[in-house]
Amino acid sequence: MSKKEWPLWEVFIRGQHGLNHRHVGSLHAPDAEMAINNARDVYTRRREGVSIWVVPSKDITASSPSEKGPLFDPAESKTYRHPTFFDIPEDVGKM
Amino acid sequence: MAAETIPPGAGVKDPFIGDDTLRPAFFEWLCRMGDNALILGHRTSEWCGHGPVLEEDIALANTALDLIGHTQMWLGLAGEVEGKGRSADDLAYLRDAMKFRNVLLVELPKGDMAVTIMREFLFDACHHLLLSWLADNAKSPRVAEIAAKALKEVSYHLDRASDIVVRLGDGTAESHDRMQAALDLLWPYAGELFAGDEVDSALQDAGIAPDLTTLRDNWDERVRDILDEATLKIPDTGGYTHLGGKQGRHTEHLGFLLAEMQFLQRAYPGASW
Amino acid sequence: MYAQLVKSDGLKSREEMSPEERAFQDRVDNGEKIEPKEWMPEGYRKTLIRQIGQHAHSEIVGQLPEGNWITRAPTLERKAILLAKVQDEAGHGLYLYSAAETLGVSRDELQEKLHSGKMKYSSIFNYPTLNWADIGAVGWLVDGAAIMNQVPLQRTSYGPYSRAMIRICKEESFHQRQGYAIMMKMASGTPEQKEMAQDALNRFWYPSLMMFGPSDKDSVHSAQSMAWKIKMNTNDELRQKFVNETVPQAEYLGLNVPDDKLAWNEDKQGYDFSEPDWNEFFEVIKGNGPCNRERLNARVKAWDEGAWFRDGLNAYAEKAADRRKAAPVAAE
Repeated sequence: MSKKEWPLWEVFIRGQHGLNHRHVGSLHAPDAEMAINNARDVYTRRREGVSIWVVPSKDITASSPSEKGPLFDPAESKTYRHPTFFDIPEDVGKM
Repeated sequence: MAAETIPPGAGVKDPFIGDDTLRPAFFEWLCRMGDNALILGHRTSEWCGHGPVLEEDIALANTALDLIGHTQMWLGLAGEVEGKGRSADDLAYLRDAMKFRNVLLVELPKGDMAVTIMREFLFDACHHLLLSWLADNAKSPRVAEIAAKALKEVSYHLDRASDIVVRLGDGTAESHDRMQAALDLLWPYAGELFAGDEVDSALQDAGIAPDLTTLRDNWDERVRDILDEATLKIPDTGGYTHLGGKQGRHTEHLGFLLAEMQFLQRAYPGASW
Repeated sequence: MYAQLVKSDGLKSREEMSPEERAFQDRVDNGEKIEPKEWMPEGYRKTLIRQIGQHAHSEIVGQLPEGNWITRAPTLERKAILLAKVQDEAGHGLYLYSAAETLGVSRDELQEKLHSGKMKYSSIFNYPTLNWADIGAVGWLVDGAAIMNQVPLQRTSYGPYSRAMIRICKEESFHQRQGYAIMMKMASGTPEQKEMAQDALNRFWYPSLMMFGPSDKDSVHSAQSMAWKIKMNTNDELRQKFVNETVPQAEYLGLNVPDDKLAWNEDKQGYDFSEPDWNEFFEVIKGNGPCNRERLNARVKAWDEGAWFRDGLNAYAEKAADRRKAAPVAAE
């Protein structure tokens, strides 16, 4: 009988159009090289990608859910970071 | 039967299609290419739903799908060259075993994963060299085009199979022993891939296919490197090779495989699926 | 759906809830997604593991009845399509196991529970595929029934489950269509082919209706799951929707739905139809369906015989890591 489970990996794929690698899911593999091959076989069956990253799931450090408020709420009040904050007269043209 | 799959480059002018002198040998040779892909693909597809781990189940299905795709292209072209209106499906589903031209290696039962992976490795190492040559050198543009398309997929098959051969050979004592047993079983069949006959000579003379002796030397080197790394020993078979598949003399296994594969076409002749 | 009889606790009223449970319920009610490391009631976690696990098991056991015909598919194209489809089921099992793993259970643990019979899979996969039209019927009816349930589950409250369902629905969109395409060929083919098509519909109709689970009046425990948004519709709602959509499709094929009581009901704007035999359903769930033993044995065999393969690859990975550690650091 099998004693030890293959470790879990998180898979990130960059699609055809040059955007950032995006998390697409996870899979099991004995090591990084095989995780890349498995990711190719599992997550790019429909030509979804041109580049693959794999990371051992245990090495992901996540922000704590209880910190959600302090971490993300402060950005809410900074509306001046968005272009629509500023009124530019139509006469000026496209900006 | 069902509409033919139109092979890539079907519009390209190929001086060898319609060449009456070459026709019989060219047709035979294309059947060999197509039948190897068909039978190996069939064996590989038998794993679907029964793989040792989900990731491998999915990977094996990808390999089988690639091989079925190659079959459609090679047998499609074979039908065109033959010029009797037979489609890839006609050739796959309506020939009896004695008309099949695959090497014996690919028709042996799938066995355990060791046999499956070792066979894929031995076959791919040859297949890859062959397709590389064809893609670059074949004077038939249609052959070169199919080879170029198949080559990309087979490069991946070979990388993956080589990697797993090394890993399992140098894994646990059990995985090592199983891989060694698989190599012992399959080695005497591998030589058929390079055993040339008058068909191979005719195609070589026409500039469509390579010299199999050179191919064998390159194959030997590549296979030995990987098997060394995998800590596996090539068995001493005294140079004996099982032959016959390329000429239509098969093992008992092929008949059963075809009985299963061709059942519907045989039981309901002329039906459309 | 692929999870027909998931046990969960009874519905808690607001007064019975702890402050955490109340806050949690508010988030679910507001349509927020619950993510892996966030606080959740233990019942929510356990029910989800059972449900996602059952769903995942159904995908991989579901490979078997269709996989049966891969080596007998009648053309190269049909062979490729079927193989791609059955491969997708393995992929879907993989995504769902991954979603379950975020809840603190490993894939191996879940599979061992399947193998020991502690966890179930959908009853539908215990029926045999006897002729080629069955491959059409499975795609058309079984995938059709599954989609009814999976589409709303894309909005389920648990983030990883919802994301897995989105990916699955996207990939599955071709499955039902390929099934119906086979049925069209068969139903308009030779008399023998038409006979196969009708035979397939006869055998798969009621087992497909069973896929939605027992009638709401007999289905305990679903209120809590619905409050948690891990079950989005009642069994009877989905079954009715399925019948309404499928009957015209059968008519288009010129096939008869094997139900004498089937009739359009103008008042409810839906079909009246006969219930499946629920005794048969419970027998199949208990293990007495036509193929229960074969299906489970095939999975156990694949797993047991694959042990050396998985262990061998693990052993190599460990050796290789040790070698890398022992080797002097190469030039940058």
